[in-house]
Formats: sequence, C-alpha cells, structure tokens
Amino acid sequence: MAEQKGWKDIPIGGTIVEAGSAREYKTGDWRVLRPVYDRSKCIDCMMCWFYCPDLAIIQEDAVMKGIDYYYCKGCGICASVCPKSAIEMKPETDFAEEG
Amino acid sequence: MMEKVAQMIAITGAQAVAHAMRQIEPDVVAAYPITPQTPIVEYFAKFVADGVVRTEMIPVESEHSAMSAVVGAVAAGARAMTATSANGLALMHEIVYIAASTRLPVVMPVVNRALSGPINIHCDHSDTMAERDSGWIQFYVEDAQEAYDLTILSVRLAEHEHVRLPVMVNQDGFIISHGVEPVSLLPDDVVKKFVGELKPIYPLLDTEHPVTYGPLDLYDYYFEHKRQQIEAMKNVKKVFPEIAQEFFKISGRKYSFVEPYKLDDAEHVMVALGSTNGTVKYTVDKMREKGRKVGLLKIWMFRPFPKDEIQRYLTGRKSVVVLDRSASFGAEAPLYEAVKSSLYESASRPLLSSFVYGLGGRDITTENIEEAFEKSISGELVTDHEYYLGLRE
Repeated sequence: MAEQKGWKDIPIGGTIVEAGSAREYKTGDWRVLRPVYDRSKCIDCMMCWFYCPDLAIIQEDAVMKGIDYYYCKGCGICASVCPKSAIEMKPETDFAEEG
Repeated sequence: MMEKVAQMIAITGAQAVAHAMRQIEPDVVAAYPITPQTPIVEYFAKFVADGVVRTEMIPVESEHSAMSAVVGAVAAGARAMTATSANGLALMHEIVYIAASTRLPVVMPVVNRALSGPINIHCDHSDTMAERDSGWIQFYVEDAQEAYDLTILSVRLAEHEHVRLPVMVNQDGFIISHGVEPVSLLPDDVVKKFVGELKPIYPLLDTEHPVTYGPLDLYDYYFEHKRQQIEAMKNVKKVFPEIAQEFFKISGRKYSFVEPYKLDDAEHVMVALGSTNGTVKYTVDKMREKGRKVGLLKIWMFRPFPKDEIQRYLTGRKSVVVLDRSASFGAEAPLYEAVKSSLYESASRPLLSSFVYGLGGRDITTENIEEAFEKSISGELVTDHEYYLGLRE
C-alpha cells in the first residue's frame, strides 16, 4: 500500500481518478491459510488456474509456476480442486518468521 | 420564451419551482410523484412534453430510484434534478447520503410534509429534519418567490468548485406549494446566463480519463473523505454571500443565511423556519402597534447552520422564542437545539424557550404567535421546557 495521504491531498467524494488501481491493492494480507505447492506432484492440469477467483496462480505456457502471495487470500479453492493433492493449506502462523 | 423583462404572474410555489427548473433546463430530471410535491414534476413534465425544454425526463418506479438515477446522471457529467416530499424523501434516504458524500451537486426542491405515521399529507418539517445530517445544504423558504429564487441560486451554490454539495430547497407543503401568490420570474436568458454551464469534475462520460465512483472506502480513507465534506460545508459560509450578491444584481432580491425583521430595537425575538415567518411578521407588526418591542429572525439556511448570525442577532436580547415544526422525540426540537448551542459562548444569553407547533399541518394563527410572545415577554417561560402551540391538552 502506498503512503497514506491527508484529506487535503486526495480527490473529493472517494472517487478513484485513475484506471486499474485495484492492481495495487494487496489482498495477500487477508490470508489465514497459505497454499503451499509441491512441484513434484503437479501434472500442470491448470485446474487451480481455472478456479482461482483472484488470478493468483502463476503459469507460463500452461506450466504451473507457483502462487502469487501478493493477491492470494488463502480461500483454499486451488487445494480443493487439485486432483493430485499438490497444494496443501498451511496456517500463516507457520510462516510468521518469514514475514 | 425569451422575455427580456421580469414577469409578475400569479402561480403556486410548485409552479414557481417548475418555472425555475424550466429556466435552469437540467440535462436530466428523474422523479416519482408524491403529494404535495407532485405538481412540481407534473408542471415540469408538461414543459418536457411540449418541447419547451430538452431535458431527459426519467419517470422512475420509486424515490430511491429517482435519487439513484440523479446520482448516476451527475456522476456522468450532467446537471440533474429531482423533487420529493416526506415518505418519498425517507425512501431516498440511503441515496441522499450517497449524493452528498460522492460530492454530486444535485439541487432538489422538497415540499415539506409530515412523515408517517399515522399517515398525513400536510406540512411539517419532520421529513427534511430527518436529513439534516445527510451532508446536504438546506434552505427553508417563506413563500413561492423565495422557492423560485433559491432554486435558481442553489444551482450555482451546489456546483461551486469549493462546495460541490447537493442542496435541498424546502417549501411548506400546501401552504406554499399549492397557494397562489404573485411571483416575479426573471427573463429566461438572464437565468440561463446566471446558472451557466455545469463544469463536471471527473465525469464518467470522459472515457479518455476513466474514473471509479463509489468504491469501497474503509478505515484508511473514509475519515478523510468525511473531513472534506465538513470543509465543503464551511466553504458554503464564504461562497453563498458571493453568489447571493450576484443574484441580487440580476433580481434586486437579497438573500442571506438569515433575515432579520424589525430587530434593531427588539427585546423579544422569535426564530422560525418556512412559511410561518410570514405569519410572525404580520404578528410583529400588530404587536408593535401596541408598543411591544418584538422582532423576528427568519432562518433561510438551516445547513450549514448560521451560528455566527445567530450569535450576532440574538445576543443581548431579553427573550428568544424558537418555533419548531418538528419534534425530536426524547431530545430538544431541532431548531431550538441548534439556536441554544449557538448561544453557548454568548456573553449575554437571552431567556430562551422552545415551542413546537404545526405538526401534521395544524394551522398556526397570529393568536398562537402572540400568545407565545406574551408568555415570553412576561418571563413565565422556563428554558428547556418544551411548550406546544395549538395543541389540545
């Protein structure tokens, strides 16, 4: 999140005056459970990519590359739909020291 | 329709506002009928049907939709208006707040009517008082002429770059809206020149510069946006006299936050909103013939509340009677509360008393007003005891 501005320095009425600003909105810090991905089990079926509601599955040329934790809210849909159980949901507290 | 001179005609308050709207010629009017507002939109719809104005008229299915359509139109970059009364205003309530907080300069004539229940169609101020903290500027007018004038003036006030707030122009149901009075209409071209063109800020139709209206605004910025609204209301205090002066130049009629009537040597003063001010003026004249030093402070603008003017005109008086045409159940009546708190810092506070009157359209007579004045003069009234005029015990 960008540095927060005072009331004199923002557009009136809560209007957002530029397009595409949702891209800057970090939703990753809503996450309670973190999807952890095991490349060795993955068959690149792209089910997680199809189902992810936050476009947080990173793929290149239909090859699974990982999860974008800046946006991932930890809903667990990817882990639920994965036919190979290649994604495991782990408590964020397990990663507390990583930040 | 290009008369060059002011025209004096006998019309109702509703017609006066419809003529103001005809001359403003907003891009969009979205409205739903409700007594006693209906004739405003009815007369205006005829102007649309006859091709007198090019306004896009949207007959919506409810007042909630009327205000929503107006919000959408103004966000798009259009000048848009609606009008309502009582339960219609209550149904709009959610969007009334959104219009103000989204900083959309809507002008809405409101014809005051008692809120249900029990259901009633006649005048009191309970409907607009329920919106007093909605972030709208509020005027209360004494007669049809003021309804016409302040509707036109409000377009400039609402759209001023340092204000950008919606305005309610409130006229008393039936008493003003359906009563026929002589009203002086300005020439069409004079009004058109006075209101000018709307200068939209962030119009949605400017597709070269896409913007988002009404996004989620949480604990990180909502507070800052409220502070902006507070500042815009403060700016009204500076901007309104400038626009009123310009309006005086085209009309010869002076508007301010308040109108003092025979106050120079008045020891006992009444404070009121709306059409009752006319009755008080008549009573003041009659009582002065008998040597009573009485006067009136009419409140034109209720939001933002003219605290400085209240202090200037009421400090040092012997007694002040505040008339309210609505009650605040379990608390002081709205105008009384505002006047009382404005006088907190006054060095010489008058004996202050509160009268509630006229609920549900109950008539207020000159005898009622004289009775309130005489009680106030005799010193028998107790501050903070709420009295009632015209109520059967």
